[in-house]
Amino acid sequence: MANFSFKGFLYSQKVAPYLFVSPFVLTFLIFFLYPTASTITMSFQEVQGLTSTKFIGLDNYRRMFDEHFFNALKTNTIYTLLSLMLLIPVPILFAVFLNSKWIKGRTLFKSVIFIPALTSVIVAGVSFRLMFGEADTALINSVIGKLGISPQNWILNYGTGMMLMVILNTWRVAGINMVYYLAGLQSIPEELYESAEMDGANGFTRFYWITLPLLKPIIIYTLTIGIFEGYRMFGESYVFWNEGMPGDIGLTIVRFIYQQAFQRNDMGMGSAIGITLLLIVLTVNMVQLKLFGLFKKEED
Amino acid sequence: MKKASVTAVASMLLLASVLSGCSGDGTESSTGGSSDSSKAVKLSLWTFQDLHKKYYEKTAELWNQSHPDQPIELSIDTYPNAEMHNKLLIALQSGVGAPDIADININFFQNFLKGDIQLVELNKIIEPEKDKFIQSRFDIYSKGGKYYGIDFHVGATVVYYNKELMDKAGVNVDNIKTWADYIEAGKKVVAATGKTMTAFEVTGQRPFWPMIVQRGSDYLDEKGNVILDNEVNVKTLQAMKDMIYKDKIAVPMPGGNTGAEEFFTYMNKGEAASLIMPMWYMSRFLEYMPDLKGKIVVRPMPVWEQGNVRSAGMGGTGTAVTKQSKNQELAMKFLAYAKLSKESNIRIWQELKFDPIRWDVWNDPELQKPDPYFNNEKIFNVLLDMKDEIKSPNMSELSSASQDLVNSNVMFKSLKDQSQTPEQALKAAADELRKQKK
Repeated sequence: MANFSFKGFLYSQKVAPYLFVSPFVLTFLIFFLYPTASTITMSFQEVQGLTSTKFIGLDNYRRMFDEHFFNALKTNTIYTLLSLMLLIPVPILFAVFLNSKWIKGRTLFKSVIFIPALTSVIVAGVSFRLMFGEADTALINSVIGKLGISPQNWILNYGTGMMLMVILNTWRVAGINMVYYLAGLQSIPEELYESAEMDGANGFTRFYWITLPLLKPIIIYTLTIGIFEGYRMFGESYVFWNEGMPGDIGLTIVRFIYQQAFQRNDMGMGSAIGITLLLIVLTVNMVQLKLFGLFKKEED
Repeated sequence: MKKASVTAVASMLLLASVLSGCSGDGTESSTGGSSDSSKAVKLSLWTFQDLHKKYYEKTAELWNQSHPDQPIELSIDTYPNAEMHNKLLIALQSGVGAPDIADININFFQNFLKGDIQLVELNKIIEPEKDKFIQSRFDIYSKGGKYYGIDFHVGATVVYYNKELMDKAGVNVDNIKTWADYIEAGKKVVAATGKTMTAFEVTGQRPFWPMIVQRGSDYLDEKGNVILDNEVNVKTLQAMKDMIYKDKIAVPMPGGNTGAEEFFTYMNKGEAASLIMPMWYMSRFLEYMPDLKGKIVVRPMPVWEQGNVRSAGMGGTGTAVTKQSKNQELAMKFLAYAKLSKESNIRIWQELKFDPIRWDVWNDPELQKPDPYFNNEKIFNVLLDMKDEIKSPNMSELSSASQDLVNSNVMFKSLKDQSQTPEQALKAAADELRKQKK
């Protein structure tokens, strides 16, 4: 009898589906929903230890909006814009060239461009930091020295600091985006180009009127990913300024969270910044997706 | 029937794997400490410095030789500085996973003294021998009269002079008594050698912090109130700025701070005639600046005006025992053995080149041995001479935040990119700190 009911339980069309999705639902509840909920709670609390917390209303949010927060927001925004300006066109160009039959050694170039994607930000970043060292014997400074430019203090200037982060990010991510675009290019039917050619379209017009429109879904994808990757950036800044960020150079929102929550043991404030970051990224992404008409019904 | 049981087993496995995923860590660490069949007691220790790790390893060996009835098995993990402190903070707050003993950097120590303190009070092992130690080195790790950490070193700030350059300029370092003398000497050095007298950190807080502490000021007062923008501090920072841009005897430090590769190369090449740093920086000279061998002499800091002291204890590592430890008594005994005993303090000098906190060993023949790197002088005589002048900064809740602000904003904006005057920079940082105070 007991056996029968157990079997019945498993075979029940109502219960079985829940049983099978339970691992995923549990994972979601434990590792996603619970932390999110407790972050929201903590953002209204003064946290002195996980056992001693005190509700302080909006105080964390009030203290949060200072000069440093806006510096961080500015840095993130500039960084995201610059990264996107490089990380969309450059990989498209790579992909178009490497997709053409006229280029020799395509596989070699593909691998060379893709390999940086396999390195960790920290490992690559440390090499970048040494290359862009302040001494006139550091690699980049000695190269520009030969060109007659005086050695630069790369890490201690806002502009060059930003440049370092963008270069490091571009160097790492361009390869991944290129692979997406290559896949996209290969799904464009050859006939389209042939008929366009018959109509007298040159290389540029074919690229502009055929390639780009058909790559649009992939461009939107990389754009969306690029926006939230840009706003949640941490590693690129951490390798260059791992202990302190002079004059807020390299201070991003996530580093601000890290600084407040861990370096200054103020988890409540850290949570408040985290929630604000979530809202910012959500808004930016929504606006962007709306502009590209992703929420509209497919119109054939 | 068969099908049903297979499905059942499969789903149980799935569930089990998910559930064990979230409790795995907890069970592991709770069984680790208690259930050992061997006699040796297992103790775990976290540090952020490889040098410290080597020291503790040897200490454990010596302990086992001298305490055959109470052997220990010490396992040491080294993590990067910031990462270790974050890990420890979370482990202590969540109640699982903390080691028995942990090295805690002074920059972060106050974070561990907030709310319900998860470190063990060490008065029992400190008090019996307190008078043989530099008292201020215990105060910085204390709260309400209870001690929570024991340091390796005093970190007495001194001036390291490059004797070769000073001789070339005809300056006798023993005649430099005040900072005014120092500036005059600096001008001679610059004129005679074309090198600079010194370099100031611009992404760090030295020598600003020791300079204000020697004048009796600080970032925070004894009660924890913000005094970062007081008159003494403004005057001191202005004087530092003048040394760079008016007297032209100092430069913003290449690489930004004394831990940067760029700075090691710079100093090693003999580009600066002196450096104002704590005693523990000797190990960096020995390790990273081999070309300066025999040229460096150590002297007390000059003073600003009468009544100033000639040094300040800077930096530090407070080693603590956690409340999560299952063997608190033994961990405390081992800690006392490793950091309070006379022998250990001698070893701290021999192995780590730190100025030990126990001043009654400074006279020991081992510490009195002249060092060829430092011009064959007896360095500890300099320290013995100013034993009662070594003040340490005040530590309280805002300590981490105040150091962070001085490191990243005040120095950089006032000395390097000059976007703010010293007064503005200090005022801005102080206001921000006051706002953070709850």
